[in-house]
Amino acid sequence: MEFDLVELSRFQFAMTAMYHFLFVPLTLGLSILVAIMETVYVMTNRPIWRQMTKFWGTLFGINFVLGVATGITMEFQFGMNWAYYSHYVGDIFGAPLAIEGLMAFFMEATFVGLFFFGWDKLSKVAHLIVAWLVAIGSNFSALWILIASGWMVHPVGAEFNADTMRMEMTSFLEVVFNEVAQAKFVHTVSAGYVTASVFVLGVSAWYLLKGRHIDLARRSIAVASAFGLASALSVVVLGDESGYSAGHTQQMKLAAIEAMWETHEAPASFTLVGLPNQADRTTEYAIEIPWVMGIIGTRSLTQEIAGIDQLVEEAEVMVRSGILAYDALQTMQEMRDETPEAVRLSFEEHSEDLGYALLLLSYVDDPREATDEQIQAAAWDTVPNVWVIFWAFRIMVGLGFAFIGAMAYFFWRASFKQMQFPRWALRLAVIMIPAPWIAAELGWIVAEYGRQPWTVDGVLPTALSVSQLTLTDVWITIIGFVLFYTMLFVIEISLMLKYIKKGPHEDVEETERWMQRHHHRLRTTDGKLSFANPAE
Amino acid sequence: MILHELMSLDLLRIIWWLLLGVLLTGFALTDGFDMGVGALLPFVAKTDTERRIAINTVGPVWEGNQVWFILGGGAIFAAWPPLYAVSFSGFYLAMFLVLAALILRPVGFKYRSKRESAAWRSGWDWALFTGGAVPALLFGVAVGNVLQGVPFHLTNSLMPIYEGGALGKLFGLLNPFGLLAGVVSLSMLLMHGAAWLGLKAEGPVAARARRFGTVAGIVAAAGYALAGLWLAFGMQGYRITSAFVENGPSNPLYSTVERGGSWLQAYADRPWIAIAPVFAFLGIAMAVRGLRAGRELGTLLWSKLAITGIVTSVGLTMFPFILPSSSAPDSSLTVWDASSSQMTLFVMLVATAIFMPLILAYTAWVYKVLWGKVTEDDVTGSGHSY
Repeated sequence: MEFDLVELSRFQFAMTAMYHFLFVPLTLGLSILVAIMETVYVMTNRPIWRQMTKFWGTLFGINFVLGVATGITMEFQFGMNWAYYSHYVGDIFGAPLAIEGLMAFFMEATFVGLFFFGWDKLSKVAHLIVAWLVAIGSNFSALWILIASGWMVHPVGAEFNADTMRMEMTSFLEVVFNEVAQAKFVHTVSAGYVTASVFVLGVSAWYLLKGRHIDLARRSIAVASAFGLASALSVVVLGDESGYSAGHTQQMKLAAIEAMWETHEAPASFTLVGLPNQADRTTEYAIEIPWVMGIIGTRSLTQEIAGIDQLVEEAEVMVRSGILAYDALQTMQEMRDETPEAVRLSFEEHSEDLGYALLLLSYVDDPREATDEQIQAAAWDTVPNVWVIFWAFRIMVGLGFAFIGAMAYFFWRASFKQMQFPRWALRLAVIMIPAPWIAAELGWIVAEYGRQPWTVDGVLPTALSVSQLTLTDVWITIIGFVLFYTMLFVIEISLMLKYIKKGPHEDVEETERWMQRHHHRLRTTDGKLSFANPAE
Repeated sequence: MILHELMSLDLLRIIWWLLLGVLLTGFALTDGFDMGVGALLPFVAKTDTERRIAINTVGPVWEGNQVWFILGGGAIFAAWPPLYAVSFSGFYLAMFLVLAALILRPVGFKYRSKRESAAWRSGWDWALFTGGAVPALLFGVAVGNVLQGVPFHLTNSLMPIYEGGALGKLFGLLNPFGLLAGVVSLSMLLMHGAAWLGLKAEGPVAARARRFGTVAGIVAAAGYALAGLWLAFGMQGYRITSAFVENGPSNPLYSTVERGGSWLQAYADRPWIAIAPVFAFLGIAMAVRGLRAGRELGTLLWSKLAITGIVTSVGLTMFPFILPSSSAPDSSLTVWDASSSQMTLFVMLVATAIFMPLILAYTAWVYKVLWGKVTEDDVTGSGHSY
C-alpha cells in the first residue's frame, strides 16, 4: 500500500487528536464531580466526603497529566504538519488557541498543583476554591478549543486578503459567538460530564459488587447519577441543536449523516438504519421514520433539506465561480497596486468560492486549465465518506440514549430505593465504563471526518493544508507517537487499575484524625498556621 | 468593530514583538528552573528521598510553568502565523524530540512515586532528566540556527518550503554554532535549576546543586561570550535592502533582503541594547557568587536577570528580523511583514492586557502558599507529595 503525504499527515493528526480525547472528557467531568464532592465536604464537614474528594481526585490526577501531555502535541502539530493551514487561517484560528492558554489553561495548570499539594497548606474554603478553579479552567479550555474547531466547520467573521494570501479576521465577536461553536461547546463538555459520571458510577458499582468501600461507593453513585442524568439529557438536546444548526451551516455533513442522496419533499424522513452505498449513490435496506429529519434539521414541516446530489451540483457551480476568483487573484498578485478595477471587482464577486477552485489543485497545477471532468470530480470530492459518517452517528446517538436510561435508573434507585442496587445493574454499570469513550470518539469522527475534504469548510482543502515534509519525516513521527503513546496508555491504565483496586488512600478514621489535627487551621480563612505544626 | 484602529499596525507589531520576548523570557524563567532541576536530578540527588525532595521542589508548580511554553506556541500562532508555520514544520524532527521530552515530564512527575519499585522510579528519573535536558539543549540549538538563518523559501502563494530531507533537516540544525547556543541554553538553565534547588532544598541536595550550578554558570558565561565573538567575527547578519512599509501587509515577499554586515551592527545603531548582554554577564557573575556563598533568594533573582539578558539579547540583536532565510533571503520573516492582521493583534492585546495581570497575580499567590523549603518530612510524611 502506498500512502501519500496528505494521508499520512491526516492519519497522524487523527491518531493524536483521538488519543488526546481519551483523557479530555474525563478531565472535564471529573474535575467538576470532585469539586462538587469537596463542596459537600466543606458544607457538611463530614469526613466521608473528604475521603471521596481525595480518592476521585487521585484518579483525576492520573488522567489529567496525560490530557496535558498529549495536549502539548496538539498545540504544536498545526505548525509541524499543517504549515499551509497555519499560514492560511492562523490569523483567525490562532487567536482562540492563544486565549485558551491565557484565560483557561494557565488557571487550570497553576491551581492543579495546589489542589494536590495544598491539603496541608490551605484552609478548607481556600482549597475548595482551588478545586473549582481547576474545574472552571478545564471547561473554559474546552470553550476556546471548540470555538477554534467550530470555526473550521463554519468559518464566519473572516475574509480573504489578496496581499497576504490568507484569511483574515473581520469580526472577533462573530468568531466567538459562532452558533456552531456554541452548540459544540455545550454538547462536548456535557459528553465529558457523562463520561466522568459513567466512570464514577462503574467504579463505584464494582466496589459494591465486591462489598468494599460501601459508603464511598453509594454516595458516589448518588452524585454521579444525578449529575450524569442532567448531562446525558444536555448532550442529546445540544446534539439536536447541532443538528439544527447543521441544517443551514453544514448541509453536506447533515446529508452524509442521513445518507440522503436526493432531495426529498419536506418534511424529510429520518433513516433509522440502512446500508449507504457511495458508488451507486443509494442507501439499501433503509428503514425510515417519516418527518423526523425535517423537524431536526429545519424545525419546520415545510422546509426542504438538500440531498447530496443537489449539493454536489451546487458545489460544481462554486468550483466554476472559484476559478474566476483564482484567475483574478493571479492578476492581482502580478500587478498589485496597478490591478485594473474590473479584476478587483471580479475577485470580490467570486472570492467566497476561491476555496472550491483550490480543490482542483489535486487534479491540475492551474485550476484555470481544469477540464469539465476534473471540475465534476472536484465537486464530488465535497462528499465525505457517507458510510462511516452514517454509522458513527447512529452508534453515538444510540449510546447517548442508553446513557440517559442508565443514569435515570440509577438516579431513581439512589433517590427512592434507599440506594439498593440489583447486582445485574451494578454489573451493567461496570461493563458500561468504556461506552462514553466510544461515543465521544465517534462524535469526533462525525464532526471532523465529516468535514472532509476541507480543513476549513469551503475555504481550504485538506490536501493543500499540509506541511511540505518528506514521507520519512511523517513516518518517523507516526512510529514514534504510536510506540510512545501505547507505552503511556499501558502505564496509565495500569496505574488507574492499581489505584482503583487499592481504594481510598485514607480510611474514614484517618481522615477524622487529620481533620481534628488541622481543626484550628481549617477554620481560619487564609490558611495560615495558627500554632506550630509538628511534622506529620 | 473599529476599535482596533485605535492602534496602528506598526505599533501593534512592535508590542507583539515585545510580548513575544516577554513570553519566551517568562518561559525560560519559570519552566527553565523545572527543566534545570530535571536535568540535575541524577547528579544532585542520590537516594530515593533526596530525589523526591528535588522533584517536590518543582512538583506543585511545573505544570503552571509549562503553560508559558504552550502560551508561547499559541501566541506565535496567533500573532506571527508565518513564523509558526515555517519554524515548526522546518524544525520538524527537532520539534518532535522536544514534544516527546516534554510529554515525559508531566507523566514522570505524576507517576514516579506511585509505585514502590526501584526500577520504576529510576526509569522515571531518567525520563525527568530527558524531559529537562533535551528541550533545554534543543531550544538553544533552535535559537542558534535562527541567528544563522534557516534554509526555507516561500512560494508565491506563501506556502513555506523548507529545504532538505528528513534527517538532513534535523542534522542541519546540529551545526557548530547551533550546538554552542544549545550549550549556552542548557548550562544557563542548569544554573537556574541549581539556584532554585539552593532555595527550596536543604542538606546534600542543595549543596550538590550549588556545586553543579557554579560550573554551569561559568560554562554559560564562557559559551555566551564565545557566541558573541562568533557573531562579531565569524558570521554575517541580514539586512533589508528594499524600501519597506512598517504598517504594510504581512507578505514577506514584498521586500528584498540580503546577507551581509554583522548582527552586531545593531549595537552601533542602538547602543542602549547593550544593556541585555551586560545583564547577562552581571547576572551570571552574581548568581555564581551567590551559589558559592550559599545565598538563596538573591541567587535565584540574579539568575533570572542573567536569563532575561541572554534571551532578550537575541531578539534585540536581530531586530527587525524574526526568522531569516539562508537559502532565499527575500523570504525572511521580519517584524514588519510576518504578523497577523491589525484586528487580530489588537484583540489578542486586549486579551493579554486582561489576563496577564491575573495570571501573574494568582501565580504569585500560589508561590506564596508553597513558600518554604521542601524537607524530608514533607515527602515521607504527608502523602500530599510526589
